[in-house]
Amino acid sequence: MAHAEGQQHPISLYLKIWGLLFILSTLSYLVDYFHFTGYFRWTMIIVLMLLKAGLIVSIFMHMAWERLAMIYAILVPPLCLLVLVGLMFAEANYVFFTRGLFLGQ
Amino acid sequence: MSTGQNPSTWQAVVQDWSSDRDAFKGVPWGKAMMWIFLLSDTFIFTCFLIGYMSVRMSTTATWPNPSEVFALTIGGRSIPLILIAIMTFVLITSSGTMAMAVNYGYRRDRVRCALLMLTTAALGATFVGMQAFEWSKLIGEGVRPWGNPMGAAQFGASFFMITGFHGMHVSVGVIYLCTVAFKVLRGDYEKRGNYQIVEIAGLYWHFVDLVWVFIFAFFYLW
Repeated sequence: MAHAEGQQHPISLYLKIWGLLFILSTLSYLVDYFHFTGYFRWTMIIVLMLLKAGLIVSIFMHMAWERLAMIYAILVPPLCLLVLVGLMFAEANYVFFTRGLFLGQ
Repeated sequence: MSTGQNPSTWQAVVQDWSSDRDAFKGVPWGKAMMWIFLLSDTFIFTCFLIGYMSVRMSTTATWPNPSEVFALTIGGRSIPLILIAIMTFVLITSSGTMAMAVNYGYRRDRVRCALLMLTTAALGATFVGMQAFEWSKLIGEGVRPWGNPMGAAQFGASFFMITGFHGMHVSVGVIYLCTVAFKVLRGDYEKRGNYQIVEIAGLYWHFVDLVWVFIFAFFYLW
């Protein structure tokens, strides 16, 4: 809230988030460095990505202190994109299947 | 608070949305508009990433291993993805300095605010420089939007499209931040008594960092 004087938070909060983002990025780099594979790799990539995105949006972009009406207006529409991800996932699988059929793989 | 309600309750959401105007009470227009622009940008970037997912899943050719493609040989040893990792740290650091610039802006510490913004812009320019190095290296190795020697042609198309669009956002952001920093130093916002524009510019900058988090995960790590 605190709209009278804008977003006022102690600098130490930003420094802590900065440090945390550094640690999370290092961890996601290590996932590749140590050549993890399979479901462990994919889970780690997604979890670390979502943690970083959450920290940036909620603290750096001050979303945690906005009105709920605005939070919903901004965060709900991108969920529609998940439908598109699902549709394109099915479509890509189908294209791959027909390519295999016609290219004789 | 004109509704007299805690803004984090469902009733407050309904009240905000059912009023004839000012859906986001107390949220400055500039800030709401920047958020809506960023929402539209989210859709564009996500469509690029979904397009990349589709071509990567549907190609019958082998997808190049990003871990090897983006490795650098340092001291005779090949280190996977090292340039990309450094670029990530540069961008995260720039997000940190930007967040602090917003804070000093609201504290009316003009010089610190402008200096932190210029640091942010310098880190952004460093990022773009490293990206130019990365592009030159790959172009030198024969990667093109229509093909590459390591495998699936779609790799080149996705790479130049996604990183290019992101790099353009960073470049535009550097110019934007320099402009606002200059106006901060000149005292434009001091006269107006309102440093909101620094926060709005910050929103754009953090968004660029946010998009990179997704590109890093899906394009470089996956």
